[in-house]
Amino acid sequence: MSEALPRFQVLTPSSVAEAVTALYAHPDALPHAGGTDLIVRLRKGLSETGTLVDLGGIAVLQGIDPDAGGLRIGAGVTLATLERAEALAAYPAIPKAVAVVAGPTHREVATLGGNLCLDTRCVYYNQSHWWRQSNGFCLKYKGDTCHVAPQGNRCRAAFSGDIAPALMVHGAKIEIAGPEGTRHLPVTDFYHEDGAAHTDLRPGEIVVAVHLPPPGPQSDYAKIRVRGAIDYPLAGIAVACTASSEGKRFTLAVTGTNSMPVLVKSPGVLGAADDSDAYFGALEKLVQKTVSPQRTGTLAPHYRRLSVSALAARLARRLA
Amino acid sequence: MKRIVSLEINGRVVEEVVADNMLLVDLLRDRLGLTGAKKGCDGGECGACTVLVDGRPRLSCITLAASCEGTRVETIEGQAKGGHLSALQRAFHENLGAQCGFCTPGMILAAESLLRDNPTPDEDQIRVALGGNLCRCTGYVKIIESVLVAAAEVRA
Ligand SMILES: Cc1cc2nc3c(=O)[nH]c(=O)nc-3n(C[C@H](O)[C@H](O)[C@H](O)COP(=O)(O)OP(=O)(O)OC[C@H]3O[C@@H](n4cnc5c(N)ncnc54)[C@H](O)[C@@H]3O)c2cc1C
Ligand code: SF4
Ligand code: FES
Ligand code: FES
Repeated sequence: MSEALPRFQVLTPSSVAEAVTALYAHPDALPHAGGTDLIVRLRKGLSETGTLVDLGGIAVLQGIDPDAGGLRIGAGVTLATLERAEALAAYPAIPKAVAVVAGPTHREVATLGGNLCLDTRCVYYNQSHWWRQSNGFCLKYKGDTCHVAPQGNRCRAAFSGDIAPALMVHGAKIEIAGPEGTRHLPVTDFYHEDGAAHTDLRPGEIVVAVHLPPPGPQSDYAKIRVRGAIDYPLAGIAVACTASSEGKRFTLAVTGTNSMPVLVKSPGVLGAADDSDAYFGALEKLVQKTVSPQRTGTLAPHYRRLSVSALAARLARRLA
Repeated sequence: MKRIVSLEINGRVVEEVVADNMLLVDLLRDRLGLTGAKKGCDGGECGACTVLVDGRPRLSCITLAASCEGTRVETIEGQAKGGHLSALQRAFHENLGAQCGFCTPGMILAAESLLRDNPTPDEDQIRVALGGNLCRCTGYVKIIESVLVAAAEVRA
């Protein structure tokens, strides 16, 4: 019987402190939550480790609870639970993004924390070992050249999580625990524009929870993908709209086009007397300028840029 | 590392010595001879390995066997009771929901969990519930018809 997975041990801490200690003590260890990204990577030889630290037995990673007028969502909450959570209805883009992550069977075990820490993706990377070997591997892992941008010295693999942009437009923060204690970061600051090191997690750190401020804006999420039923976003957009006496203010965040989810610079206020066609036309141009899709997916970068901007304008118009 | 894992499979309690890196699909197929769960892909993409864990659909090809300690696992082999096919098995058989049959165990288990949750699904709800299960033969139409027929029979 051949083994599908490399040899590793699984540690099963029952508290965050134990998990942090275990991760810190084994520098090659990786956290295991739902495993829908991690086990696939291990099967394809995209990560190597002698130790998995399973987070499934840690109670404080569970639960969706009221928190200072907003919500605290444990990193270990499954997407199937989030999809049905009534408390999230006040943040419409979030359950909408959750419901289009992978397929329903993945969502039964896939977690919020795993989704935020999902590896970046690229057509030259998410392949079998022999495929990558015959291509000389690549800069991100085991090779020395990036096949997407051979002149460059960094990996451009695309951040492909659906939920992060929806959290960003609602102003969410990520709670992180590590050897030096706990820290909180706006979701936006949790990510870096580097496909080979795209999160801010330091050795021994894990994501413990996401904190949402009190609900307010109306919001929505949409993505483009090759197969409608089950696929990563080739580009995705979350839009939130807040109404005030001055007019409508929009917040937009994009996924799938860069190595991190990107917040779009504020397009300014849409006042009652303003020409809305001109406003949404400018908003569309602004999104086009913000994103930088690369040849990391099966759709041409230019197509992804144009379609995600068009989607942005469509969602914003609907929310206005 | 290895550990002794105790779980219920199709109503029978099983205790097995399992390596930490063993996948549920390999425990079922290679160790226990339950070859109904299929391996159709490199991991996580096709749904052919779907089984039920505590009544919910699970991709056994990306599930660590040791993580199923204390759970109730159901495979296609446990669906027929007392020599009678389950409603879904019969409906797939009679309505040409299966052609080569490779995707069928996964399809039936994903549909089984849907019908336990919602005995009156409409076509869209069936499409969503089976969204992660790929079939390269039927074109899906006969599969959806089979689930509708089985649902009507379960209700009757
Ligand atoms: C066919 C297929 C389609 C998919 N489609 C989509 C899609 O459309 N959109 C999408 O967003 N995702 C998609 N995914 C990816 C994945 O299923 C989801 O992102 C899922 O939410 C990951 O969660 P998980 O709990 O399974 O993560 P895991 O696989 O357990 O972990 C993912 C990564 O995060 C790390 N990690 C997990 N939890 C923590 C934590 N608390 N703190 C620090 N690090 C942690 C792990 O070490 C690992 O590196 C798809 C996967 C497959 C197989
Ligand atoms: S962007 Fe370049 S370095 Fe990164 S995974 Fe793709 S080919 Fe490799
Ligand atoms: S074998 Fe394809 S999803 Fe499990
Ligand atoms: S019947 Fe052949 S794959 Fe579905």
